[in-house]
Amino acid sequence: MRRLIADQTHSISLKLNGKPVHAEAEPRMLLSDFIRHVLGAKGTHVGCEHGVCGACTVRMDGGLARSCLTLAVQADGAEIETVEHLAPAPGSLSVLQNSFRRHHALQCGFCTAGILMSLDTLLHDHPEAGETEIRDALAGHLCRCTGYEPIVTAAMEAAKILQKERLNA
Amino acid sequence: MAFDTKTADVEERIEDGALLSGSAQFIDDLPFAVGTLHAAILRSPHAHASIVSIDSSRARALPGVAAVIDGTALAKVSEPLMVGVKIPIKCWPMAVDRARYVGEPVVVVLAEDRYVAEDALDLIEVTYTPLPPVIDPEAALDMNAYVLHEELENNLGSERTFRYGDPESAREAAPRCIAVKVRYPRNSCTPMETYGVLAEYDPHGTGYDIQANFQGPFSIHPVIARALKVSGSKLRLRTAPNSGGSFGVKQGVFPYIVLMAACARIAARPVKWIEDRLEHLTASVSATNRVVELQAAVEPDGRVTALFWDQIEDVGAYLRAPEPATLYRMHGNLCGAYDIANLSVRNRIVMTNKTPTGLNRGFGGPQIYYALERLMQRIAQELELDPLDVIRRNLISSFPYRTASGTTYDSGDYVRAFDVALNDGRYGELLSRRDLARAAGRIYGIGLTAAVEPSVSNMGYLSTALTPAQRAKSGPKNGAHAAATISLDPVGSVTVQIDSVPQGQGHQTVAAKLVSGVLGLRSKDVRVVAEFDTAKDAWSIAAGNYSSRFAASTLSAVQLAADRLRHRLARIAAGQLNGRPEDIVFAGGRVHLNGNPEASISFARIASASHWAPGTLPDDMDPVVRETAIWSPEELAAPTGEDGINSSLCHSFIFDFCGVEIDAVSGQVRVDRYVTMHDCGRVLHAGMVEGQIRGAFAQAIGASLFEEFAYGPDGAFLAGTFADYPVPTVLEIPTLDILHIETPSPLTLTGAKGVGEGNCMSTPVCVANAVADALAPKCGAVDLVLPLTPARIAEFLDAEPAAPEGYQPAAPTTGKGLTGRGRAKVSASPQAIWDLLMDPEQLAAIIPGAHGVTQPSEDRFSADVTLGVGPVKGRYKVDVALSELDPPSSALLTGRAAGALGMGEGTGRVSLTVLPDGGTEIAYEYEARVGGKVASVGGRLLDGAARIVIGQFFTALGRRAGGQRSLFARLFVWIGDGK
Repeated sequence: MRRLIADQTHSISLKLNGKPVHAEAEPRMLLSDFIRHVLGAKGTHVGCEHGVCGACTVRMDGGLARSCLTLAVQADGAEIETVEHLAPAPGSLSVLQNSFRRHHALQCGFCTAGILMSLDTLLHDHPEAGETEIRDALAGHLCRCTGYEPIVTAAMEAAKILQKERLNA
Repeated sequence: MAFDTKTADVEERIEDGALLSGSAQFIDDLPFAVGTLHAAILRSPHAHASIVSIDSSRARALPGVAAVIDGTALAKVSEPLMVGVKIPIKCWPMAVDRARYVGEPVVVVLAEDRYVAEDALDLIEVTYTPLPPVIDPEAALDMNAYVLHEELENNLGSERTFRYGDPESAREAAPRCIAVKVRYPRNSCTPMETYGVLAEYDPHGTGYDIQANFQGPFSIHPVIARALKVSGSKLRLRTAPNSGGSFGVKQGVFPYIVLMAACARIAARPVKWIEDRLEHLTASVSATNRVVELQAAVEPDGRVTALFWDQIEDVGAYLRAPEPATLYRMHGNLCGAYDIANLSVRNRIVMTNKTPTGLNRGFGGPQIYYALERLMQRIAQELELDPLDVIRRNLISSFPYRTASGTTYDSGDYVRAFDVALNDGRYGELLSRRDLARAAGRIYGIGLTAAVEPSVSNMGYLSTALTPAQRAKSGPKNGAHAAATISLDPVGSVTVQIDSVPQGQGHQTVAAKLVSGVLGLRSKDVRVVAEFDTAKDAWSIAAGNYSSRFAASTLSAVQLAADRLRHRLARIAAGQLNGRPEDIVFAGGRVHLNGNPEASISFARIASASHWAPGTLPDDMDPVVRETAIWSPEELAAPTGEDGINSSLCHSFIFDFCGVEIDAVSGQVRVDRYVTMHDCGRVLHAGMVEGQIRGAFAQAIGASLFEEFAYGPDGAFLAGTFADYPVPTVLEIPTLDILHIETPSPLTLTGAKGVGEGNCMSTPVCVANAVADALAPKCGAVDLVLPLTPARIAEFLDAEPAAPEGYQPAAPTTGKGLTGRGRAKVSASPQAIWDLLMDPEQLAAIIPGAHGVTQPSEDRFSADVTLGVGPVKGRYKVDVALSELDPPSSALLTGRAAGALGMGEGTGRVSLTVLPDGGTEIAYEYEARVGGKVASVGGRLLDGAARIVIGQFFTALGRRAGGQRSLFARLFVWIGDGK
């Protein structure tokens, strides 16, 4: 295991949204701060810094992680994906993102980054996911604007579209 | 009717592309100047304490720290915040000499980065002398209560009585008087994004340049400018392009604007501060808690002929602007949806050692309707009437309607809305559901609520808190302008600037739709700029995102500006098309004469003409490059000499009913069905209206069942995390049926009225009424306090099953008091254990987390100890005094611990008894109390943490006394039963 020294910075190499990046961080630096303030990817948001609200959720080596409860040094060598990576191309939106837009599944959009990461991962890992699974995944997130219902509707529609796309492929 | 979202207008939002792809810019995403310092705030762990001294020498010496600023330094460059009523208290944004609530800023550290700034906080030593905390609003009014502000003789900030009609005669004439007393708790809509401020100061003339996620009202701008001792023009206040929700709450960032601006001036460097969640929950802002006694004079059929309000409003430690607005916002609506001509009001504002209050969605409505609608249900109960009949008999039936206290309800059809709701919402089915459930022995009830939702606040309503004489002296205040500017650039494209400072409500989309419709363009051709800049935009004190003013007010200004612009462009086009301006048609991005679409000119050509060819304009016409409209509803007059006040312009109507079931074992309340009927005037965007209703409803479910900013009796704040302040997730939100009727407001250009706050007003009391109905067969009339948690409901249910034999109930505790006791057996003799316990060197090895123990005198020990409670790990200075020493049998320990994360004090007794095998049984019991950050975020974990630490202590003691670690298993028995 790598030895870390508290008040020194350590080099961290990881893949952020498919691109290799290198930077320095103290062992105590949170992954959320590292992604946002060191690497400059500000799409990931910080809502509570104690793991409840889910706004900071990112994908780390394919699984979900609260970036506010993860240290940057833990992500050394990892593949990190954030909300910036969901759309197929700049100026376009993914099936899930489009569905959010159609159903007004966001208002202020602050919690949305984390919710999209959780639901995108759910629909990828469990293409057959239905309302129960979607509600279950969404239960790890707080949203103060929408009352959640439109998010559930959007995710269910996205699941259906993705299932159809898979059948056609 | 319910809107069919498949066919209704649910146009997609312009805002969403950036928000969904992570490119939207919030305050913490904005670029900042090189050399910017990052602020962290040390906050008071005490509810009430004098600040004796602040030693920041170690913090200043920390590499990376640029400045350490306390209240004394702040007071040199600023003035206290203005107070809305005429009392001489000093509202500083950071404690000066005395801290009056847990979480009040005490010191700001500015450093190269936030991590270093927070490190430095731990190095500051503040010496406090605790003062008696004043927590309960009624007790705070007691003659003997400790006074928070030395400038006052008591804790009463303001008292006013009002009388409209002839309430006393009505009461005398009425056969019945029915009353309720309710206590509305503290809560908040807690936006997901916390506060943020970027502040710069230019000493050479331009003054302060601030960016913040402030939401308005901009009547606060002069308060900030005056506190910073500059003219308004030297205070440029800008908002970020996006804000992560507000719900009123981000009004409360303004004291931090003053604080960070002053810090930037003192440090002569730009300053950035982003609030964390603990800070936000503890000390940002809260809705007011209120004690209300409400009495009605009632006819036998349930008709109310007079209301008597007695309200005690707890605004926390300071009467901070714009308070006492929460109390007076609803002053014109005190009879709700009911036709009641006689009204008596007594309003008292009290200050207590809690976080200062401010705007919060519903703003004054939840407090009013919780009393009024609980009363309506109580009337039905006492007169044995159907609560539906009591509501129906009292509903206002003709419009416009003038309320007793002077507000005009602009439009409505309450009776129709009520009837449509009962029919389309299938009220009859709900009654059957209740019958079936009750027949099966289940606890089921139905609640009803009628409410009027005011919108577009009269900026003069607050002056109702002053007497007519005081108002005459300070001059009349009234009105509520809205401003919008539409600009045309050299290629004829259109930009709209609005004054509504949206926090996620999609204002750009709706404004773009309106303007594009007027000018014959596509929505996407119109850019709407919503970030706000006091240095460049048209604005007034009424600007901002509050009192649901956008659809009714700001959009009226947009409509006005668009109409005027269209009129002027039509004159230019008429000249070029050889027609009359009134015949010009704007459609499809082109302009033509009515009936002759073939001969058309592009909109861009007409719109850019003033830039390129002013010579082609009609002779008497100024160039058309921008149009600013200020819309001002004249109905919003100043309070009258008789204290009549038209407190808001528009009035929406809500009628809700719901069914709830209570779990007989756990006491948990489950909302089975909820129907909400709205009349918000003309619906401009069905998707957004539904979004507002669902969002407010979810927040109201939180306020009804889960959320409370709880305080201990010592003023400790007990809800510092989202685990202690449980905001509902998707799993807690019941299904909601939304219904609408539309009675457009005749007073706004759009016909729209507010819709964003209604369910925050109606839902908490509707759920409470349903719970009261559910409990009624067993308990009769009940007094309910929100949130309706299982623990509170359990008090009304059957007694718990008998405790198992041998169970000792825990001693009652108050606040975050901890008590516990236990026994441990070790192999060493009592004398050996005693010697260990009296030896500082040995104790240093035994006490978990100790960094050394000293013995300043025979019977005193001091130690530096690192302790972790849940997520909060910190270093504390611990002092323990020994007394009642009976070596080697027993001792009494009295201890006190203090650190950056909080403090605690307690007593413990240790007794040593020799066992037959020569070993010792150590028995202990303790009682302790904790406060500060550790109580706010670790409250739930304290018992467990205490047991772990004590367990570790005796493990270490046993190990040391027994000599070897391997003996531990044999020697040590842990039988604690800490509670």
